[in-house]
Order: sequence, then C-alpha cells, then structure tokens
Amino acid sequence: MPGAKEIRTKIASIKSTQKITKAMQMVAASKMRKAQERMRAARPYAEKIRNVIGHICLTNPDHRHPYLTVRPVKTVGMIVIGTDRGLCGGLNVNTFKQALIAAREYESQGIAVNLCLFGSKAGQFFKRLKMPISSAIVGLGDRPHMAAFMGAVKVMLDDYVDGKIDRLVIVNAQFVNTMSQKPMVQQLLPAVPVRSPELPELFEYIYEPSAVELLDGLLFRYVESQVYQGTVENVACEMAARMVAMKSATDNAGKLIDELQLIYNKARQASITKEISEIVGGAAAV
Amino acid sequence: MAATINLDIVSAEGEIFSGVAAMVFVPAAQGEIGIAPRHAPLLTLLKAGEVRVQLPSGEEQAFYVGGGALEIQPQRVTVLADTALRAHDLDESTALAAKQRAEELIRDQTDALTLAEAQAELLRALAQIKMLERLRKGRA
Repeated sequence: MPGAKEIRTKIASIKSTQKITKAMQMVAASKMRKAQERMRAARPYAEKIRNVIGHICLTNPDHRHPYLTVRPVKTVGMIVIGTDRGLCGGLNVNTFKQALIAAREYESQGIAVNLCLFGSKAGQFFKRLKMPISSAIVGLGDRPHMAAFMGAVKVMLDDYVDGKIDRLVIVNAQFVNTMSQKPMVQQLLPAVPVRSPELPELFEYIYEPSAVELLDGLLFRYVESQVYQGTVENVACEMAARMVAMKSATDNAGKLIDELQLIYNKARQASITKEISEIVGGAAAV
Repeated sequence: MAATINLDIVSAEGEIFSGVAAMVFVPAAQGEIGIAPRHAPLLTLLKAGEVRVQLPSGEEQAFYVGGGALEIQPQRVTVLADTALRAHDLDESTALAAKQRAEELIRDQTDALTLAEAQAELLRALAQIKMLERLRKGRA
C-alpha cells in the first residue's frame, strides 16, 4: 500500500499543528477581551486631554510653550508602534507600510525622519531599511505600563525641545473592530488646534498658578496619555489580529485534513481492489 | 430652566462622570474653587481632594481625585484626574493603611526623591480620609 502511510503521518502532523493554532486562537481571544477593556478605559481621558490641549492652541498667551509652537519642519520624529511577537496576520506590515508611506512623503519634501520604535518586530523591520533610529523599546508585554516606555519617548521629547526634530508623529494600528484594524498617523507635537462648537470665537485662559508650571504638567500628561493610548490600542489590535489569523489557520488545517483523508481513503480502496483482482485472477488461473 | 454646565470627569482608568451639573466644586492648586455656569475660561492644576457636583435636581455627588488638571469653558468643565474614585468606592481601611505606609516611608527615608513621593502619598491618603469622614457625618 504505497503512499498510504505517508499520508497518514502527514494527517497526524497537521492535526497537531491545528491543536496549537486552536490553542493560540483561544488564548488571543481571552487576552483580547482584557486588552479591549483597557483600551476603552483609557480612551475618554486621551480624547479629553487632546481637546483641552487643542483649545489651548487656539489662544495666544504671553508664554509660548515649545510643545505648542509651530516651527518650520526640517526633521520629523516618528514613533512607530509594532508588536513584540509575530503570528498576528498583516497587522505589523500594514502599520509599517503606513509609516513608510508617511516617511517617503516627508523625504520627498526634503524632510528627514527619525524613528522611535516600540516592539521587536518594528526593530527588525526598520533595521534593514537603514533609517536613523533615535530610540527603541522591546518587551512591553500585554499590559504596557507608562513608566516602561516613557524613557524611549523622553528621548524624542528632548530632541524636540533641543530642535533636533520639529514635529513628532505617532503611527499605530487603530482598533476598528475585531476583524479590522486600521493603521493611523497622528501628530503629537506641536499640538494640533481643536475647535469645539461651543467655544467662543476668541478667548484667553486664566492660568492658576502660572502658565509655565501648568503647561509643563499638562503637556507632559498629554504626550504620556496619547502614547499610552496608542500602545494599549495596539495590544488590542494585536490580540484581535492574532485571533483571526489563528482561526483561519485552524480552518485551513481542517480543510487540508479533509482533503488528505479523501486521498488516503482512495489510496486504501485502490489497494484493496487491486488485491482482490489479484486473488480473483490467481483463482481463475488455477 | 436654570443655567447648567456640561461636566466631564475622566481619569486614566476610565470615565468617571459625564453629565449636566448646576455647580461644581474642585480642589484647585490654590484652594477650593466653585464653578457656576458661564465661568471665565480657566486652566488650573488640582490637588488631591474631593470634587463635589451639584446636580440640577439639587442632589450632590462627590468624587475623590488624586490630583490632575482642570479646564473651564463657559459651558463645559473638564476634570482630568490622575486617579478618580466615586465617593462610594472609597474604602476607609485602605485609606488608613495607605496613610500608615506613607508615614512609615517618611520616617525611614532620607532620600529627597522618595521623601517627596511619600509626602505626596500621605497627602492623598489624608484627603481620602477627610472625605470619608465628611461623608459619614452627612449620613449620620
């Protein structure tokens, strides 16, 4: 019975792969739920603080904080958030592609790009492209903590204050729903003005205590919360993408097993038929 | 209908309150301030303490914030709390434990940075305890 044994071992090996992908799918599903909760919890704060900072941009105070001052752009700092682990479909590739498109566009205008990379996959991808990397951080885990990544971000903020970069953008995957994640480029610094409908046409804030002290604290919180939001959102995306990728891998393994089973049955039947005809032929000869 | 303000209290851990208020009291860096509708635009930092919200129905709600920032617009007030809790979620035993821990830290530490941290923690714990006492008096 040639071939039947090989087919049988092949089926067994696909079955064990299927078990692994199935387990990964279930792990990702449960992690996704928690990651989504964290993302939802962080969202209101990130949105509100972005609005407040956007409102401040509309005013003309005596004190101009560097984070709010628009300068001619020579170099752009780009925070790219990727994952630490693979097997999550096209999530990383889509994010990096979006980052590359943005970078190429800057370069065509004669603007240099400096990178700040989150996650080992981002490091692996951009290392090959030989783009200047200011800072990188790996191993943030499923529950990213602000203290863990603020060091890497601080490098970019210092560069911004020193005038080494004139704009800071963040690229990460945005969670739309479980099936789709959209890469997004968002400008962090200088802050983008936000005009809310209920605001008066022209206004100035009263600052308590002083504008300097207050803006320092507020703007730091702003950057912190935006980057945090980006990372938790990316974790939720990673889990969702992995779950979907592993589900389709499990399904494909199932299909493959069905097909091989059919071939195996046919081979087995053919060999039985052959044996019978041999016996019958032998009996007739006698 | 009396004038009202749209109030949002958010913390990094989630949305705490979102709705309409008649009057809001917050622990600003330079003392408690009360905010009525059509207040002038103002930005300030917050100390640890309680944010009291008077609802249009006359009912009052209290939230604990551990510091943060505040934006006032004539029709909208946004509290960006570092940590915020509903008053009902406050637990006296954990507040007291936190106070004790902070006091111990202050006694043991000579390092300037950790001392400042411990003092901040102590202030937060004291604010929580003060608020709990006030709440209990209100109930009794």
